Amino acid sequence: MLALTIYLSFAGALVLALLPKDRPALARWLALAVAVAGLAAALAGFLAGIGQGRTVLVDLPWIPSMGIRFLLAADGISRVLVLLTGIASVAGILFSWNIDHRTHHFFAFFLALIGGVYGVFLSFDFFLLFVFYEIAIVPKYFLIAIWGSTRREYAAMKLAIYSFVGSAMVLIGLLSAYATAGSHSTSLIALAHAGLPVSFQMWCFPLVFTGFAILAGMWPFHTWAPTGHVAAPTAASMLLAGVVMKLGAYGCLRVAIGLFPHGLDPWGFAFLGIGSWRDVFAILAVIGIVYGALVALAQSDFKFVIGYSSVSHMGFVLLGLMALNQIGLSGAVLQMFSHGIIAGLLFAIVGRIVYDRTHTRQLAELETMHLSRRLPFAAWAFVIAGMASMGLPGFSGFVAELQVLVGAWAANRWWAIAAGLGLVVGVAYIWRALQKAFFTDLQPTAEDHPKTGWHDLGAIAWPEIAGVSLLLLSTLAVGLWPRILLDSIEPAVQSLLAGGGR
Amino acid sequence: MNGIPVLTLLTVLPLIGAAIALWTGKHARNVALVTTFASLAVALYVWMRLPADGGFGLVEQHLWAPTLGIEYHLGVDALGALMLILSAIVTLMSVDAAHRVHHAPGLYFALVLTLEAGLFGSFTALNFFHWFLFWELSLIPAFFLIKLWGGARRGPAATQFFVYTMAGSVALLLSFLAVFLSTGSMDFTHLADLASSGKLEQMVTAHLGPVTLWLAVGVLAGFAVKVPIAPFHTWLPDAYAEAPSPVTMLLTGAMSKMGVYGLLRIALPLFAHQIYLIRTPLLVLAVVTVVMGAWAAAAQKDLKRVFAYSSVNHLGYCLLGIFALAVPIAAGNASGHASQAAALNGVILQMFNHGVTAAALFWFVAMIQARTGGHRGIDQFGGLRKPAPVLAGLMGITLFASLGLPGLNGFVGEFLIFRGVFPLSWVAATVSVLGLLITAVVLLTVIQKVFWGPVPEHCAAFPDLHHGERMAMAPVIGILFLLGLVPQIIVGVVNPTVVNLLAHWKF
Amino acid sequence: MNYADLFRVTLPETALEFAALLVLVVDLAFLRKTALRPRAAVASLLGVVGCLAAAWAIFAAGSVPYAYGNEILLAAGGLVTVAQIGIVVLTAVTLLLLIDSAFTRHVAEFAAVVLMAAAGGLLIASARDLLVTFVGLELLSLGLYILTAFAKTSAKSAESALKYYLFGGMSAAFLLFGFSYLYGIAGSTNFYAIYSALRQTGAGLPPIFFVALVAIAAGLGFKVAAVPFHLWAPDAYEGAPTPSAAFIASVSKVASFALLVGIVSVTLTPAAVTVPRVESGLAEALQSIFLNIFVSSLIFLLALASMLVGNLAALAQHSVRRLLAYSAIAHAGYILLGIAVGTSRGSAAVLYYILTYGLTTIGAFGVVDVVERATGSDNFDAFLGLHKRNPVLAAVLMVLFLSLAGIPPLVGFWAKFNLFAAVLGASNGAIPFALVALAVALSAVSLYYYLQVLKRAWVQPAVHDQPIQAPPVTLAVLVFIAAAVVLLGCFPSLLQNWIASF
Repeated sequence: MLALTIYLSFAGALVLALLPKDRPALARWLALAVAVAGLAAALAGFLAGIGQGRTVLVDLPWIPSMGIRFLLAADGISRVLVLLTGIASVAGILFSWNIDHRTHHFFAFFLALIGGVYGVFLSFDFFLLFVFYEIAIVPKYFLIAIWGSTRREYAAMKLAIYSFVGSAMVLIGLLSAYATAGSHSTSLIALAHAGLPVSFQMWCFPLVFTGFAILAGMWPFHTWAPTGHVAAPTAASMLLAGVVMKLGAYGCLRVAIGLFPHGLDPWGFAFLGIGSWRDVFAILAVIGIVYGALVALAQSDFKFVIGYSSVSHMGFVLLGLMALNQIGLSGAVLQMFSHGIIAGLLFAIVGRIVYDRTHTRQLAELETMHLSRRLPFAAWAFVIAGMASMGLPGFSGFVAELQVLVGAWAANRWWAIAAGLGLVVGVAYIWRALQKAFFTDLQPTAEDHPKTGWHDLGAIAWPEIAGVSLLLLSTLAVGLWPRILLDSIEPAVQSLLAGGGR
Repeated sequence: MNGIPVLTLLTVLPLIGAAIALWTGKHARNVALVTTFASLAVALYVWMRLPADGGFGLVEQHLWAPTLGIEYHLGVDALGALMLILSAIVTLMSVDAAHRVHHAPGLYFALVLTLEAGLFGSFTALNFFHWFLFWELSLIPAFFLIKLWGGARRGPAATQFFVYTMAGSVALLLSFLAVFLSTGSMDFTHLADLASSGKLEQMVTAHLGPVTLWLAVGVLAGFAVKVPIAPFHTWLPDAYAEAPSPVTMLLTGAMSKMGVYGLLRIALPLFAHQIYLIRTPLLVLAVVTVVMGAWAAAAQKDLKRVFAYSSVNHLGYCLLGIFALAVPIAAGNASGHASQAAALNGVILQMFNHGVTAAALFWFVAMIQARTGGHRGIDQFGGLRKPAPVLAGLMGITLFASLGLPGLNGFVGEFLIFRGVFPLSWVAATVSVLGLLITAVVLLTVIQKVFWGPVPEHCAAFPDLHHGERMAMAPVIGILFLLGLVPQIIVGVVNPTVVNLLAHWKF
Repeated sequence: MNYADLFRVTLPETALEFAALLVLVVDLAFLRKTALRPRAAVASLLGVVGCLAAAWAIFAAGSVPYAYGNEILLAAGGLVTVAQIGIVVLTAVTLLLLIDSAFTRHVAEFAAVVLMAAAGGLLIASARDLLVTFVGLELLSLGLYILTAFAKTSAKSAESALKYYLFGGMSAAFLLFGFSYLYGIAGSTNFYAIYSALRQTGAGLPPIFFVALVAIAAGLGFKVAAVPFHLWAPDAYEGAPTPSAAFIASVSKVASFALLVGIVSVTLTPAAVTVPRVESGLAEALQSIFLNIFVSSLIFLLALASMLVGNLAALAQHSVRRLLAYSAIAHAGYILLGIAVGTSRGSAAVLYYILTYGLTTIGAFGVVDVVERATGSDNFDAFLGLHKRNPVLAAVLMVLFLSLAGIPPLVGFWAKFNLFAAVLGASNGAIPFALVALAVALSAVSLYYYLQVLKRAWVQPAVHDQPIQAPPVTLAVLVFIAAAVVLLGCFPSLLQNWIASF
């Protein structure tokens, strides 16, 4: 069932690419149908997989001479992230409903990207995983470069180069692991059991982890993220923040930590209190959390605020991974889901609902537009999304970030304390953006409000309402009932920690 | 338990109402009225179904996120149930008073109902996570109600309100995180058990070092902002004055009780001993709150600000009672225990009384304001008893209830508090009497300036309460008398809970 | 000397030469008055038939080498067969591009020269003797010089041909010079005999040997366009008519690397050690280690320089042909890594790489040709808005360039992966690892310049809106190549199993 998500998306992309260019409506509906079918498959697979461990979906020999198999499998972590991808793809298409320029190309690239993402989350063969990983990167470039806004070509190129440098690091690490293991298999499970020498893991781990973490927006390799997010068209920023950054984090977890667990061992000496790669990456994650939040606080462009907030929130994912305990890892996976939904929502509001109508993202200009009255839907959707992003209880972010903090606390208190600081700043920047963009400069009463000079911003269309509802319901459902995901995540994390899933 | 999740229903009911109100536009107020009536009925039902032993009734408990110690755990004792009734009454009054919302009434009433849901949720929660969720949930609608429908300086007032409360929340959250990290539990009853057997402090100390006192301070800070305790009160006068009067009714009548409730439900059960350790400074702050509140009220020229500061003053008595009773009493010392019980009974009664009375006062301000086109300066009126005898009479009664005239509700609560506090801390009690006196002077001044003297020109055609308003005010005034004459209907039910609570607090 | 045997072994070459003559005769005898297009079609189709015949002959020749005395002159079977089939197939594809081109009226002569040069290529691929090698090389090279100069009306063509010829002549001189020294040292022109003799030379190799090695390296380095012997490549690629350039970039490369693979195979053959040993085992071992290290260091050095110069210089190009030239240099660098490790697995990977690279690059030149004919330029800007002017061509370009950049699931990725895995699998020393790491990193860099072209084709708006008409045969060939690139990328085993089956 889950494997269908991949096939569907790629088939959809191919069909869309071949569509005549004068049928944009057909392209839209077709893309939506494919994405909904993918979501349905993801949901069905998720529900069917609750309570099960790792299930193999497809296992065919692919390149026998090198032991490479077309091995698709899913454990709790994969299922959760596949579900996230399904939700994000449907929402992304809904928020791209107003794309008129080369519509069929847009959705073809979009679905190709989605297919790659599904593939990464379901691959248990590193070669296959890497193939899907790269497939996901290329469409991003075109989505941003063709349909983007501010400095789109620069941002797209920057993103592509960062991504490929990261994947080059991953490839080098994986090639060496393959050569060192000599096991003649590229299955992640077989490689994890190959007993790679500790000294090898020690240098290979940081290489692969950094390679993946670049895409996860780890400080100081995060600079592609804000520019990329800002330049990207709405749906692409939603996907970038929503799922593509998760690819990096997922790779960190599944590949780097899964294959090279001893890479996290202490070096045997400590420098400035840093005694292992774990310390190094945890500190980078914490810096990312705090730095991202502080920079977000100082932005004048609405989308940059959200872009930097992604860096901050992804820091929580990385920190949770480095906590290396049950609760921290579960929190990290949950945070991947949560941030995927919430960031998608925030980008949708900023990019689609606000920017496409006001044609400015400068907070200073938005301040004068009385948006809370002219676009009450956007304002209130942002209020709720902002609450979710702040990590208020009742939304998915709270449980996830709390778990990460608890896990980090168990690992090293200072990490948790510093990350908590980032959380506080997180309240501040969302607050500031909310105030400035929607709720400033209101006149004393509604009656004498000067409405003259307000050009019509256009009504909120049904896809926007549908998309916002979908994302809001998702974050609320997980926030109010985190066990629907945690029941899947926790056993998988447990077996990963115990070495069974590595 | 009869299988019906009454408390969940109670919390969900206003949310459903809110969702409906959002789409009904001009009819939203009717939706809100129906919803709040229904809520009040359910709250009264809860009150009737309380267990006799003073423990928790109507308990609902389900797993939620076990790794985080989060459970869906609801339950009420008399304290919680009384707060539910108070919330329902105050919300009903507020909705009733808000018949002049022209701008986006659907949104307005949806927010009010969401706020009510937040109140219900936080008064029924027995798990920190759940409680905190609703604590925050009530904050956000309150912010927007001030921000979007408030007076001229509503922006800064709303922000100040939000920032203060949020800062308090962060302190609370951090403290609770520390408690959770040490004990692995977020459950109030479980943590209270740990605390009463002294294990909580041991676990915290073992895990984090000797920081229990600081955790207590963090929790207290969170509640101190909400109540408020001086010097964290500065957001209050602005917020109360700038908020539309119906919202102010909610803020003072119900939301301020969340802070006091939190002290009783969370701070004292978990950190009784720590509070005892810093009892003296806390008492000083309570006394300052009482006296300063009264004193500041005297200096105000704006009716809303007068009542805002007098609210600070009245809640100060609650704090006085709470901190005064935080002292270990030897097992055989019957009179000491009686004093504690009296103080606590008084605190709970005072919470309810102040809620109803203050809400009523702000309602009257709203009426006066509506009749004079926005005037509410204390010096802008005079002789209103002539054109509007009914209004003057009813408001007079409410003012006397507020200043604690025997026979009206305010007296009983304050009497019980002083009755309990004098033996426990006579200094604090004595100084606080000063506050009592100043309040009396302030409120009498209000009566004198507004209702007596010559009628200014713009008040000559001041219409009296019309029929509907009289009908609406009558039950409120009825409550003032009822509780003044027969406080037993509350104290009788609350007392077992008081005894139960006091038995668990190990100072 | 058995002429029947010789005929059997050289039947493929004979078939090509026969086809070349046939093309000339048919054109002269029957098509003097015919229009250009039918003549071109007949010439190229006859050539293709010749190629097919040669392919059949290669299969038919089996794996029995041709020996003179007890020394093997022409090898057969195994990788030799693979390389030879690759050469004829790529030649056929190149000839198909000729049908639609109009740079010359002498299409028959062009096809004949192509076929003869291909015969030279076949000879090199199987040669195991210095003299045969040199003859084959000259046959190939002379053909290439002619092909480069074939656009007689174009000054650029003449200029580049002259440069190519001068450099080529010099390098041939170097090569011959080196060969003569080698013969002087070893006393034989046979590879096996030379290798045995070198291993036997006890007291140390004379310094003259290293002179010989360097001279040979220069000669062969010129053929594969390795830095610092690469200077001809950009000019030749730029000036030569498109089919010539495609032929230079593909067939000539395949043949040259096939020669290198053949040399490696000599060192791996057990039969090499047929001469009685006179020295002790230890000295011999030391000697061979020294020899190996020297040779592989030399190749590593060439590889390093080629990768760096090729990729970095490509960054600065504005002409797609020159871009392809520098990227070819970079690719040659990668491939040399596979040669340097000197294992049979490495050799197979090299052949896989160069064959698929050859196919891809022919396609790339085909696209350039179409665009160039429509716009008169091969500058990047000539590709502006290609997606609108000819979507199929743009799609083909995207597939081919992404494959060159090494993006999965295209064949270029698999070729790189296979090659690098072979290099790392062969030796776990620091130098090969560092070079592979560098190669992977530079692949990420290479994406930048490939994207520069794709960006113009796909992202930026067109300057002129009128469609570009692609000639039908060319378009069909291009689509076929693109399909092959995708198909072989998705199912790498197809080609790999085929290679392994010889």
